[in-house]
Amino acid sequence: MAGQPTGAAKPEGRGVFALLRKGRRGRSQAPWIFLLPALFMYALVMIYPSLAGSWYAFTNWDGLTRTASFVGLENFRQLLQDSQAIASLKNTIVLAVTVTIVQNAIGLLLALGVNYNIKSRNVLRVIFFASVVLTPVIVAFLWQYIYAPGGALNRVLDLLHLGWLKQDWLGDPNVALWAVIAVVIWQYAGYSMVIFLAGLQGVPQELYEAAEIDGAGTLQRFWNVTRPMIAPATTVNLMLSIIGGLRLFDQVFALTGGGPGYATETLSTVLYKQAFIVGAYGYGTAIALVLALIVACIAMIQLKVLRSQEVEA
Amino acid sequence: MSNRRYGKTNLTIEVVMILVALVYVFPLYVLLNISLKPLDEVADSPLGLPEQFSLANYREAWDQASLGAALFNSTVVVLISVSLLIFIGSMAAYALARRQSRLSYGLYLLFLLGIILPFQLALIPLYQLMRDLQLLGTYTSLIIFYTGHQLPFTVFLYTGFLRALPRDYEHAALIDGASHFQAFRKVVFPLLRPVTGTVVILNGIFVWNDFLTPLLYVGGTPLQTLPVAIYSFVGQYVSQWGLVFAGLVIGIMPVLIVYFLLQRYIIRGFASGLKG
Repeated sequence: MAGQPTGAAKPEGRGVFALLRKGRRGRSQAPWIFLLPALFMYALVMIYPSLAGSWYAFTNWDGLTRTASFVGLENFRQLLQDSQAIASLKNTIVLAVTVTIVQNAIGLLLALGVNYNIKSRNVLRVIFFASVVLTPVIVAFLWQYIYAPGGALNRVLDLLHLGWLKQDWLGDPNVALWAVIAVVIWQYAGYSMVIFLAGLQGVPQELYEAAEIDGAGTLQRFWNVTRPMIAPATTVNLMLSIIGGLRLFDQVFALTGGGPGYATETLSTVLYKQAFIVGAYGYGTAIALVLALIVACIAMIQLKVLRSQEVEA
Repeated sequence: MSNRRYGKTNLTIEVVMILVALVYVFPLYVLLNISLKPLDEVADSPLGLPEQFSLANYREAWDQASLGAALFNSTVVVLISVSLLIFIGSMAAYALARRQSRLSYGLYLLFLLGIILPFQLALIPLYQLMRDLQLLGTYTSLIIFYTGHQLPFTVFLYTGFLRALPRDYEHAALIDGASHFQAFRKVVFPLLRPVTGTVVILNGIFVWNDFLTPLLYVGGTPLQTLPVAIYSFVGQYVSQWGLVFAGLVIGIMPVLIVYFLLQRYIIRGFASGLKG
């Protein structure tokens, strides 16, 4: 997400002239006081609570008492023996990875279609993106009905004479997670589309024409021209969808609440329940810390791998 | 891709894409359709058009879910949070973009960290902090949360824009004797209008749709925002789908109206906003 650090501090050169330049510029620089309100709010809402959370993860804090005692890795040991937490860890990863792959594949296909010379392209773009701005909780309730045993999806399957495909979509532990994943993909594929589209529109037409003259077919043109040219868009998309998938809460919580059993429990729903229903704040923050570490690792790996591919391309 | 003529391939792709779009909007058709039906008709024929259009569900949902109050609460929180974000975020970005020291670059990176940081890590201690400050159940708690939580992203957007903006105008103002604050307010800030638009759109939609934090801070109080009000409403009227869906439609309308009015800017905002 971060752009190239174009404004990285550059060494200014030494000596009297540099000092003079610096002094003159110093007066025209914005004063630090401009930064203070932002730093204060950021520290209050993000930095302090995140640091506090990282500390509470190693305590047995119950949220009520002022004092919390240090218990070392106890919370993490508990986590490894807690079938709910283990299921949620697995579900979170399955969800994030599946959403990332499928959402971007669909997003790319939609972008290619909408980028084609067709008459309805502008209307289609608006339609595919509309679901992105909808309130996730509302989307979840809409799909709760669609997935209900007597709901819209099963009716449609009946109409199509595909009755044997009918399921209790959210009630069957083997199906529920995939049903949740489908909702997330439905909601956000348009987002991937829009970012891919911005990339596609930046590909110079001449490249395609040159490739065509060289006898490249459609697939070859896609692989050798389009794919490398939209690599930055791909980076952004993969980052956004995997981090979004790992952090996802609203849709899961409103669709299934984590059930049936632990079938759709994610790290976010479990940490919510542990902290605000069970009252195990220390344990809840330990789960949050695990989530934060996973997000940080994946973000770093992805940034590194993808950036190096962009340079190659 | 390179076809300029509208030929057979174009027509095929056009038809396929329109079919995909129809499948894509089908859930929204279901939503609207069911919201117009009485309970027994929902069970008998959920997919066909309603026999007669009835707004009874809407009237009842509006009253039962106190959606009027929820719309008002959401509007207040969005307006104040986004205004603060514009004000605080643009000033901070101005300082970060116009100072070329290691310290300011380090601070910029610190803000960027906040974009990736999962808010779940801060969630529990922050809730505790709001409780200790006795801010739970107030607009203030939500406004503080959104301002702090969305600042990294806002600062990122403004800083990127400011780095590409020439300094000549503000220099001229400073030479004419304007203070830094005057130069910023009268010269720089108006030039930021395009990125301010993106900031408003992206933050406005995020704050409007956010659910977990308002559930924790103002859930069950008269100040609940729209997603929270909808959540508790659906919990009360489980499986009265006509009524529930009327509530959902009311809840979705403000966003959809704004979206269709401003779709060009919104889509562009999303597409550009997250590209470094």
